[in-house]
Amino acid sequence: MGKENKKIKTVPFHIVKRDPMAWYYNLLIRAAAVVAALIVSAVFITLMTQKNPIEVYASMIDGAFGIKTNNVDLRALRIWSLLQNVAILLCISLAVTPAFKMRFWNCGAEGQVLVGGLATVMVMMFCGDKLSMPVLIIVMVLASVTAGIIWAVLPAIFKSLWNTNETLFTLMMNYVAIQLIAFFLKYFVKSGSGVLSPMPQFGLPIIAGKDYLLNIIIVAVITVLVYIYLKYTKQGYEISVVGESENTAKYIGINVKKVIIRTLIVSGAICGIAGLLLVGGTNHTISTTTAGGRGFTAIMVSWLAKFNPLYMVFTSFLIVFFEIGSKQVSTDFRIPNAISDIVTGIILFFIIGSEFFLQYKIVVNKNRKENV
Amino acid sequence: MKKILALLLAVAMIFSLAACGQNGGALGMSESPLAAKALTVDYEIADDFKIGFICLHDENSTYDLNFINAVKTVQETLKLKDEQVILKTNVPEGNECYVAAKDLVGQGCKIVFANSFGHEDFMIQAAREFPEVQFCHATGTKAHTEGLANYHNAFASIFQGRYLAGIAAGMKLNEMINEGTIKAEEAKMGYVGAFTYAEVISGYTSFYLGAKSVCPSVTMDVQFTGSWYDATEEKNAAEALIAKKCVLISQHADSMGAPSACEAAGVPNVSYNGSTYDACPETFIVSSRIDWAPYYNYIIRCVAKGEAIAADWCGGIEEGSVVLTGVNLDVAAEGTVEAIENAVKGLKDGSVKVFTGFKKDGADVTSYIADVDTDAAFTPDTEAVENGVFTESTKRSAPYFDLRIDGITLLNEKF
Repeated sequence: MGKENKKIKTVPFHIVKRDPMAWYYNLLIRAAAVVAALIVSAVFITLMTQKNPIEVYASMIDGAFGIKTNNVDLRALRIWSLLQNVAILLCISLAVTPAFKMRFWNCGAEGQVLVGGLATVMVMMFCGDKLSMPVLIIVMVLASVTAGIIWAVLPAIFKSLWNTNETLFTLMMNYVAIQLIAFFLKYFVKSGSGVLSPMPQFGLPIIAGKDYLLNIIIVAVITVLVYIYLKYTKQGYEISVVGESENTAKYIGINVKKVIIRTLIVSGAICGIAGLLLVGGTNHTISTTTAGGRGFTAIMVSWLAKFNPLYMVFTSFLIVFFEIGSKQVSTDFRIPNAISDIVTGIILFFIIGSEFFLQYKIVVNKNRKENV
Repeated sequence: MKKILALLLAVAMIFSLAACGQNGGALGMSESPLAAKALTVDYEIADDFKIGFICLHDENSTYDLNFINAVKTVQETLKLKDEQVILKTNVPEGNECYVAAKDLVGQGCKIVFANSFGHEDFMIQAAREFPEVQFCHATGTKAHTEGLANYHNAFASIFQGRYLAGIAAGMKLNEMINEGTIKAEEAKMGYVGAFTYAEVISGYTSFYLGAKSVCPSVTMDVQFTGSWYDATEEKNAAEALIAKKCVLISQHADSMGAPSACEAAGVPNVSYNGSTYDACPETFIVSSRIDWAPYYNYIIRCVAKGEAIAADWCGGIEEGSVVLTGVNLDVAAEGTVEAIENAVKGLKDGSVKVFTGFKKDGADVTSYIADVDTDAAFTPDTEAVENGVFTESTKRSAPYFDLRIDGITLLNEKF
């Protein structure tokens, strides 16, 4: 008996779930995580590259905001490009959020965005010179949204009718989407190079002379709409209930199958719009890498923000900032991208890790010696 | 006592192994039969001169590494400071390229250079916006018809380099036939290509014709991957070719996939874009590559002297744009270096032609209308065969040879 006691008491600390904390305390822990991350990254940078870490961070900020340059155009270019990238990532994150909140693991955002883009590019290619601009835009929107919905709703239907695994299903749909684009490029690009020339003349309109302003406005509107949808509508509430417990949802009379399908229609539609913005509003062409892995990054953005669309503005900004910043670092210091990617990884690790300390606290077992 | 004896024996064995390693008969790499030329600099560069480079991938891609090495050579030769040479890597073939080009202009670059085919339209878009900056693009096809004074294409007559590398491959096949490892009709090579596209077709055909010039019975299978950079696919393709009894492999795709698959299987490999000898010492024979340093030197000279850059520039052996690595004497057949050197002389004085003497569907090719001027439908527009020779890279710098000739089998056409 005494021996067992001794074993238990030798643990130096234990972990306790926290009571809800004041907001400033939350903020403090997060800030501490960022500071710790910056310090660890700084040590890493100095060891690996012998560069001054402060200069490295300055170069990150320079890449995102153009702080070092006196050229107004360059600064504007970098800030607009940052906002554009935040908008696209945010849009896809908003798309996956309703599904994730419902505990439907939609890993298919990449494919849903790509087919949305593919639908857009096909409309641009085949109807561009046949339709007037307003009609063309309407057709583009309809086509991309429909394509996105089809790609998202198929796994949802299978899930609700036959309880198939949605993670695998959505993942595989990504590959189908990628191969469809490869096929499209092979078939319609006559040179055989697999590169489709952009068609800016059939793209979404540019407003106020700013290339990406329209994209940014559209995503801002979607952000507010998704926030309202999740927080204040009956459907949004149903999503949370299904996510918390399917049995509870059934018990209170929610048609779970219907909710799953309906939610994935919303998810797919927003992905389709992201594809529209990427192809119609940005690249004016498509390749298999147009989505660039954002469909997966979006999952992290959404989780980090705890599925709150307003927080997602910050988390997507954070991730895009590191992406752009680390590219600038590798250009400025001629170090491989991998090193700046590791730094980004370290920082994200700390931020995600801080979530643990927000949920739990570590209690040191002071009196363990006395008990022995 | 036994233990000590065992220990002594073990130590002795380690030493003897190490000795084997040292005297293992390694001949190593020869001098290059067609080495890079030293750059001549006969101009002054302003202190505020800046040049920007846009690369699709980074040093991990053999294709991009070749560009990056040339950047470093030029920077060293011209004694440019780091802030005068801005290198942006991992720039996709999308709007990102346009943004990167504008960013480089914003930083004060007088020249912006991009290295991937898909960058072209975005470079043209930027070129229209900044007429005072020179935009140069490798492998593109549109400059000679676009009519922009500040947009330029460049390439090299790399088919000559491929042909020379093909000679090394043919010599190796002859060695296998003479040693009795294979019969003459079993001399089949494998080739891993990216896309079914003129640049690749021109490359593998010239390689094949080089091999055929010394080993008449050679045939070749080509497997496409549908991507310029996909290590897994390239490795799979090489393994599939080896399984189909290809006794020698070459490739035109940018990862280490095919060379490392060859090293693992012990099948000789003729590489591209640069030496893969360090990773594959047992199978690497030789590699051809484009040296971009002469072109960089040329465009910087033009800007420094205020001269116009050619809309469409094609470097050859004379300019130092087409070069070979050394030959791996441990793998290559005897006399390979000499055979290549002779062929280089022949290419220089015009006695050796690459695209001639081949047959298509059993008949000689006396006329072929190639697609030289890019249009939306890619309609063929220019006669390319003159006196029985297909004149590659003379009508424009980027390759346009896209005939499917006899002796080469395409295993998949899907890309």
